Amino acid sequence: MSNMIEIRYLSKVYQRGKQQVEVLHDVDLDVASGDFLALMGPSGSGKTTLLNLIGGLDAPTGGHITVGGERIDQLGAGALARWRAAYVGFIFQFYNLMPALSAQKNVELPLLLTKLNGAQRRKNAAIALQLVGLADRASHKPGELSGGQQQRVAIARAIVSDPELLVCDEPTGDLDRQSAEDVLALLEKLNKEHGKTIVMVTHDPRAAEHATHTLHLDKGTLVEQAAAEPAARAQRAPA
Amino acid sequence: MKYLHLIKAALFRRKGRTILTLISITAAFLLFGMLDGVRQSFANAGQTAAGATRLQTGSRLSFIQPLPKALAPRIAAVDGVEEVTWANWFGGAYQEPSNQIFSFAIAPNYLDLYPEANVDPAARERFAETRTGLLVGKALADRFKWQVGDQIPLLSTIFPNSDGSKVWTFDIVGIMDSEDGFIAGSAFLHWEYFDESTPYNQGQVGWYVSRIGDVGAGDRIARDIDAISQNSAHETKTQTEAAATANWMKQIADIALIVTSIMGAVFFTLLLLTGNTMAQAVRERTSELAVLKTIGFPDRSVLFMVLAESVALILIGGVIGLGIAALLGPGVNAASGGVINMPPVSWSSWLLGLGIMVAIGLIVGALPALRAMRLNVVDALAGR
Repeated sequence: MSNMIEIRYLSKVYQRGKQQVEVLHDVDLDVASGDFLALMGPSGSGKTTLLNLIGGLDAPTGGHITVGGERIDQLGAGALARWRAAYVGFIFQFYNLMPALSAQKNVELPLLLTKLNGAQRRKNAAIALQLVGLADRASHKPGELSGGQQQRVAIARAIVSDPELLVCDEPTGDLDRQSAEDVLALLEKLNKEHGKTIVMVTHDPRAAEHATHTLHLDKGTLVEQAAAEPAARAQRAPA
Repeated sequence: MKYLHLIKAALFRRKGRTILTLISITAAFLLFGMLDGVRQSFANAGQTAAGATRLQTGSRLSFIQPLPKALAPRIAAVDGVEEVTWANWFGGAYQEPSNQIFSFAIAPNYLDLYPEANVDPAARERFAETRTGLLVGKALADRFKWQVGDQIPLLSTIFPNSDGSKVWTFDIVGIMDSEDGFIAGSAFLHWEYFDESTPYNQGQVGWYVSRIGDVGAGDRIARDIDAISQNSAHETKTQTEAAATANWMKQIADIALIVTSIMGAVFFTLLLLTGNTMAQAVRERTSELAVLKTIGFPDRSVLFMVLAESVALILIGGVIGLGIAALLGPGVNAASGGVINMPPVSWSSWLLGLGIMVAIGLIVGALPALRAMRLNVVDALAGR
């Protein structure tokens, strides 16, 4: 299977006042297409920074990142924005939906950057909402939805333009156990049934169990790469 | 257009704040609509089509200094002058000194040079036959509910009549149904009656008006007229009617400067107010804007959306304000029975107003839009 993500000698240094802080140091990473990778590690280990670099939200200080065959570390701001719109879906811990827009309009947002007309945008958004089980909540605003439902709307927004890669930053960090399980099951479904490559940052080992691989970061360096426990997967499989 | 719902959602995200801001903008442009009408009325005074063919000759010293009537045939003899007439300021007030009326004593042929006075032939005939006749503008007649046949007293603020009283009695013989706002608010009496009745005039006139055939020769004709009385005790200054009226208005007050100063202060306050509102609105939406950029919205789209939001805010409030001003004028005029004569909101006021709205919107939105465009997504998402 070809690699969706190839990272070599990746480093990231932030300037904090007069100090330079190296957040990532010589990271090498391959993520195969169709993989579901969980990134774990303590706070400040560089997980979110690595995720932002993979998603094209930040530029590395050194090294290179290839995603879907594109050297995104060499793209300018405009090209990077176009690339993100076409190839990446983002899911955040706090959903980050537009409070004044309905679920339907929130999901339509990425499609505003395409050439689809209004009717096609509405149709695609309705399909995405149906996929996450919220077709009946299309007209609801985020404030009228539970946390779990809001996160599912965010997932619908992330997949509506059919990106190959989903990057998720603590997608269950603000949810109760049941809602978290529902969201993780949905991500797993998107990974297995729709072939989406997923990179997920999480603190929660139970969330990481849904991934096919787990990587640990510590002080900006990858320290471990292990296949998910087959037993744990079997435990979660439906009877 | 496909971003319209995003702009609308951003505008009305905080309804209370938006409505209060809109009320401020509406009030500012309501004031603009009313004041700009006044400014234009003053600026356009004398700038009629017929006005282009008229030259006005007054004393070089001051517009209150009279000129000898003997100048009339000499001005008429100047090459290019087709006809000469004259008038005097009368300065009447009706019932109360505060009810000042633009009233003038006019030569017999004065109305020939002012066809825009729109006096019907019967009324003109009555005027010619009645020594104490008075022609009144329609707005003036409506204001005091005057009708043809009424006999009215006017108190001259300057000139006593033959019995030493400053109260003059006139017979209204016609209504001037003129579209010219100045004439519609004026009254004309006979110069001969005025001149013979007051001991103060003695064959003098306030100013001459000459009709010229060739507008292009106006400067030369004006020089020739002024040359007649050069180095005399009554030197003249001849200029186009528009220029003369503008100078005359300026001696009363520089309306354009006053209106511009007031509106400048109003719009400056509006800039600060809406600037603060926009800055606050964008600051509150930092994470939402960051999400848009994360999804792939280009920097220029984010810039455009914030600018469009700012311009839309000002346009909504401004158009409502100008609309109210447009409706208010005729309403107040009708309700006051002509006592108040608010000028209408002209197309040029609308165009100028729309231009100001867009300019304020762009100025007010520029900084927040630039900040939104330059937003660092990573920092914004992290709440830094």
